[in-house]
Amino acid sequence: MKLKHQYIAFKTIVIKEILRFMRIWVQTVLPPAITTSLYFIIFGNLIGSQIEDMDGFSYMEYIVPGLILMAVITNSYANVVSSFYGAKFQHHIEEMLISPTPNYIILLGFVAGGVARGLIVGAVVTVVSLFFTDLEIQHFFVTTVVVLLTAILFSLAGFVNAVFAKSFDDISIIPTFVLTPLTYLGGVFYTIKLLPEFWQSISLINPILYMVNTFRYGIIGISDIDITTAFSIIVGFIALLFWWCMRLLNTGVGIRT
Amino acid sequence: MTNALTIENLTKTYNNGFEALKGINLIVEKGDFFALLGPNGAGKSTTIGIICSLVNKSSGTVKVYDQDIDIDLSAAKSYIGLVPQEFNFNIFEPVEEIIINQAGYYGIDRPIAIKRTEKLLHQLDLWEKRKEQARNLSGGMKRRLMIARALVHEPHLLILDEPTAGVDIEIRRSMWEFLKEINKQGTTIILTTHYLEEAEQLCEKIAIIDHGNIIQDTSMKNLLSQLNVETFVLDLAEPLETLTESSDYKFTQVKKDQLEVEVSKEQNINELFCWLNDNHIRISSMRNKVNRLEELFMRLLKKEQ
Repeated sequence: MKLKHQYIAFKTIVIKEILRFMRIWVQTVLPPAITTSLYFIIFGNLIGSQIEDMDGFSYMEYIVPGLILMAVITNSYANVVSSFYGAKFQHHIEEMLISPTPNYIILLGFVAGGVARGLIVGAVVTVVSLFFTDLEIQHFFVTTVVVLLTAILFSLAGFVNAVFAKSFDDISIIPTFVLTPLTYLGGVFYTIKLLPEFWQSISLINPILYMVNTFRYGIIGISDIDITTAFSIIVGFIALLFWWCMRLLNTGVGIRT
Repeated sequence: MTNALTIENLTKTYNNGFEALKGINLIVEKGDFFALLGPNGAGKSTTIGIICSLVNKSSGTVKVYDQDIDIDLSAAKSYIGLVPQEFNFNIFEPVEEIIINQAGYYGIDRPIAIKRTEKLLHQLDLWEKRKEQARNLSGGMKRRLMIARALVHEPHLLILDEPTAGVDIEIRRSMWEFLKEINKQGTTIILTTHYLEEAEQLCEKIAIIDHGNIIQDTSMKNLLSQLNVETFVLDLAEPLETLTESSDYKFTQVKKDQLEVEVSKEQNINELFCWLNDNHIRISSMRNKVNRLEELFMRLLKKEQ
C-alpha cells in the first residue's frame, strides 16, 4: 500500500474513532467534567482550604495538574479499550483486517483516537478548573509533550487490554484494579515527600508518578522527581508497549484463529 | 495465465487439534462464477478465512492474482472483496458511513468513495436508508449493505459466503441478477451457499469440499452429467387404487394421487409417458423431487461417508 493510501486509511480510522466518542459525548466527555468538578469542590475548596500549602502552592493549585492528567489517562485508555474490544465483539474489526491497511496504521489509528479523546477531555477538565483557580503554565513545551506522551502510552495500554479481553468484564478489570490505584497513588493528591522514606521508594516504581510530576512541573513549576528521568521512562514504556501491540497484531492474538 | 485464485496443499489445524483443511488444491480462473459447496463444518469458511487473512493457515500456499499472501499480503488483499456469513459491521454507524469508511481502508479518496457509495446504494436499493443506523435495517437490507461494502473498492475477486442466507425469495432473485451482472462485467466470484438451486443458477464451475478435502472440482455441466438417476414427482389427475408393476421404471406411490418415479439417464421420458398412458394413468403435473444439484450433492457426500 502506497504511503498516500496509508495516510487515507489512517485518517479514516481516526475520523471514525472521533465520531464514535463524540456521538456518545454524554457518556464520554461529560462525566469526567462532572467528576472533576466534584473533586475541585470537595478536595480543592472544602477540604483543601483546611490543608496547608504544598511546596508553596495552595492545595487546589497543587492538585489541578494531577486531576487534569488523571482525566487524560483514564479517557485515553477507556477509548481504545472499549472501541477495539467493541470492534472485536461485533466483528467489524474484520473490515480493517481484510483490507490492505498495514497493522501499524490500524494501531496508530486507534491510538490517535484515544489521544484525541484524552486531549479533548483534558481540555474540558482544564476549562472547568479555571472556575476554581488560576492556571499559569510555567513550561509550555514540557506540558504539551508530557500530556501527549501520556495519552499515547495509555492508549497503547488500552489496546493491549482490548486484545486480551474476552468479555466486557475484562475491559474494566485493569482500569478498576490497576489503573485507578496507580493513579491515586501516583501523587495526584499529595507530594511523595509526605511519605516515609520506604513508601517514597515504593512510589518510584509507579510510572504514573513520573507523568503526574512532569505535568505538574510544566504547569506550576514543581516536581518530586527528575524531569529527564521521567521523560526517559515514559518514552521507554511507549516503545515497549508499541512493540507489544505490533506483535499481538501481527500474530493475530485475539483477532485471528 | 494469471488465475484469480490458486490454492496449493492448504492445511489448517486449529489449536484444539481439529483438522479443518487437509491439503486442498483449488484454481479459480479469472472471470469465473465459482461455487464452493460443502456441508456445515466441511472447511468452506476456513478456506475463505485464510484467503482473506482472517484465519492463519497451517501450511500451503494461497495466491490471489499471482500475489502470494506470504510474500505480499497487502497486494493480495487489495484484490479481494468479502461478504461474510455473519453481519460484521458496526450496527451503530449509518449505512453510508460504513461503506465510505471501507473505501478509506483501501486508500480510496473520500470524494471518490462518496460517488461509488451513492452508486452502489442506488443499485442495491438502499439509497433511502443511507442515513439510518445499520441496526435499523431488515435482514435482507443488511445482506445488501455487506455486498455494497465489499464492492466499494471495485475488487477483482468477490467472495460471497452464504450471501442470501435468511433472505426472502424476491430479494434473493434480485441479488442473483445483480451478481450475474457484475460477473459479466469481469469480477470473478466465489460463492458458498446452502441453496443449491442458487449455485446451479449462477455458477459455471463448482468445487465440493467435505471433511477438509476437495471431493469434486469441475464444471457445473460436467457435475450434473454425473447424475445418473433423477426422481420425479407425478401428481395424478385421478386417485389410483392399485399401481401396476413396471419392469422398466421404479415407482413409489406416495399418496393415492401422487407417484414418485426414478428415471435413469439412459431412459426416455416420452417412453415413461407412453407407459403411463397404456396403464390409464393421467398426470396433471410433474416436477423434480429435489433440485438436480442437491440430489447429486447428497449422493456424493453419501459416497464419501
